[in-house]
Amino acid sequence: MTEKQGLIPCSEAVRQLWDYLDHAVSPEEQEKVEQHLSFCRTCCGELEFAEQLRGFLAAQGADELPPHVKARLERFVADL
Amino acid sequence: MVEVQDRTRESFQRLAMAELPGLYWLARRLVRDGAEDLVQEALLRAYRSFGTLREDTAAGPWLKRILVNVFRDQLRRQARSVEELPVEEVEDFSLYQTLVEQDPLPYSDTLHHDYLRAFAREDVREVLLRLPELYRAPLVLRYMDGFATKEVARLLDVPLGTVLARLHRGRKRFERELWAYAQETGLLLKGVVQ
Repeated sequence: MTEKQGLIPCSEAVRQLWDYLDHAVSPEEQEKVEQHLSFCRTCCGELEFAEQLRGFLAAQGADELPPHVKARLERFVADL
Repeated sequence: MVEVQDRTRESFQRLAMAELPGLYWLARRLVRDGAEDLVQEALLRAYRSFGTLREDTAAGPWLKRILVNVFRDQLRRQARSVEELPVEEVEDFSLYQTLVEQDPLPYSDTLHHDYLRAFAREDVREVLLRLPELYRAPLVLRYMDGFATKEVARLLDVPLGTVLARLHRGRKRFERELWAYAQETGLLLKGVVQ
C-alpha cells in the first residue's frame, strides 16, 4: 500500500496483529492498527490468516490417548 | 458456605484420570521424548500437594501448571541455554504472503485454509518440535492450551514483556517452519488436500 499520512506501515501493523487479536495492545495502538486495516487489503488478509492460524493451533488440543499410553498412565494413577 | 473438598486418594485418582488426555498431549508438544514420564512426574507431585487444590473444577489447569513446572525443572537440570533469535531473522517471513506468491495449491479457492488442513496432528507436532523450547513452550501454552499471557509468564517464570517477545518470535518461526516442513516432506503432494 502507498504510505498515507499518519498511518503505520504494513510491517508495524503485521507485527501487532496477534496482540491486537489478543486485546493486548493499548487503545492508541488498537486505533492505529484499525486505521491501517481500513486502508490495506493485504494486511486484512494477514489478519484473516492470523485468525485462521489461531483456530488451527487451538484445534490441536487433547485427543484420545493411544491405548498403550492409556493403559500405562491409568495403571500409574491406580497404583498411587 | 464453603464446600469441603474431598481430598482422598480416590478423589485424586478420579480427577487425574479425567485429565490424562490433556496432560499427555500437552507433554507431547513440550518434549520430543519422555512425554509419559513427564506426566507421571507431574502426577506424583500433584498427589503430594493435592491439599492445595481449592476446587475440583480447577483440576485441569492445576495439573497442567504442575506439569509445566516439572518441564521447567527438567530444562534447568539440563542447563541448556538457547539463544534468542535475532529479530530480523524471523521478522521478514510471512506465511500468508509466501502462500499468495508461491500458490502451492493452484486449484484451491481457499488456499490458506486448505494449506493448514494438510497438516495432521503429528505434522503440527513435528513443526512445533523444530522450534527451540524458548519459543515453543509459550506458543503451546498460550494458543493450544489457552492460558492467558500473564499466566504463561508466571508459569515459565519470566517477565511479561519477555513472553510477549517470545510469542511474537515463536509465531513467526512457527509460520516459517510450517512452510519449510511442507516443502521438505512433500506434504502437499501426498493427496491430503483434495
